[in-house]
Amino acid sequence: MSKFKKKKDGGLPAISTASLPDIVFMLLFFFMVATVMRENSLKIQNSLPVANQVEKLDKKNPVSYIYMGKPSSGYEKFGSEARIQLNDQFASLTDVSAFISSERAALREELIPFLTVALKVDREANMGIVGDVKQELRKVNALKINYTTGVGDVSTNMK
Amino acid sequence: MAKRSAPEVNAGSMADIAFLLLIFFLVTTTIEKDSGINRKLPPMEEIDPPIIKQKNIFTVLLNGRDQLLVEDELMEIAYLRAAAVEFLDNNGDKSCDYCQGKKDPSSSDNPDKAIISLKNERETSYAAYISVQNELVAAYNVLRNRRALELGPSKGFRDMNFVEMQKNHKDARFIGNKEKLKAVIDQIKLEFPQKLSEVQ
Repeated sequence: MSKFKKKKDGGLPAISTASLPDIVFMLLFFFMVATVMRENSLKIQNSLPVANQVEKLDKKNPVSYIYMGKPSSGYEKFGSEARIQLNDQFASLTDVSAFISSERAALREELIPFLTVALKVDREANMGIVGDVKQELRKVNALKINYTTGVGDVSTNMK
Repeated sequence: MAKRSAPEVNAGSMADIAFLLLIFFLVTTTIEKDSGINRKLPPMEEIDPPIIKQKNIFTVLLNGRDQLLVEDELMEIAYLRAAAVEFLDNNGDKSCDYCQGKKDPSSSDNPDKAIISLKNERETSYAAYISVQNELVAAYNVLRNRRALELGPSKGFRDMNFVEMQKNHKDARFIGNKEKLKAVIDQIKLEFPQKLSEVQ
């Protein structure tokens, strides 16, 4: 009988938390590997529209980003119309060509024809500014563009 | 002196430190979107535009209030894809043996001649523009997918539509003959060329 009684006296054993650091480290490494640091801090609103016929942007070739959208809160002094953002600052339409040539200058020569310009445009922006930027890009012969979008059903675009 | 072993470091706070780092990375990083619709802008130097018959042009107009006018008729975006497919696939001059269209002589001659013309106004919202672009690309993809499924089995790519073909061609892990696949893709692209013109 005493044999059976012995087992009971300890109460509930504490769950070992020794492997907790390992689990957390695993999560940490996942996030470190899977996420990309933002290249530019955005001063504009930039919620992209969605589309379902998308292709993946080829990262093997160089990509330059042009952001467009309404200035976000804190930058209201720049107005409520959609503005262009290049790198980290607001830019005017005439800066686009200079931006493209500086992006090209940073590239190896054989890669220059493959430069893709990704337009990240807020869904509420007007086509006017987008059309102007496209015209500027044509002027500097940067013809490969990509309208960056999320993936989803287009009927959710317009509400 | 008796030799003492080094005391063990308490690792109890390791989890806290790791949590701190984890939360930092969770908060500071955003997963960037890297998908989109690829387009090629026309070069600047204007050559005289060729004369195109009116029946070969499919006009899509998007006005400042995001209303869609297709071939002079008001249309919902949901119906645009089907209308574009019907136009491209029409085969009016009966020269296209892979088309399944109505052969209506008043619509486009063949996919090679058919041009979709998209016009938008300055006040059009970007979301509406992308939706229309998406539907037009989808129309081409519908036809190309259909053609890929017809053409695939004879070339050794069974049950693979055009979008999957393109994906496989980019995929380094794809087992199969990439050169042959590229030839099929190019042939389909030639049979249903994407002729989408934007009016400035």
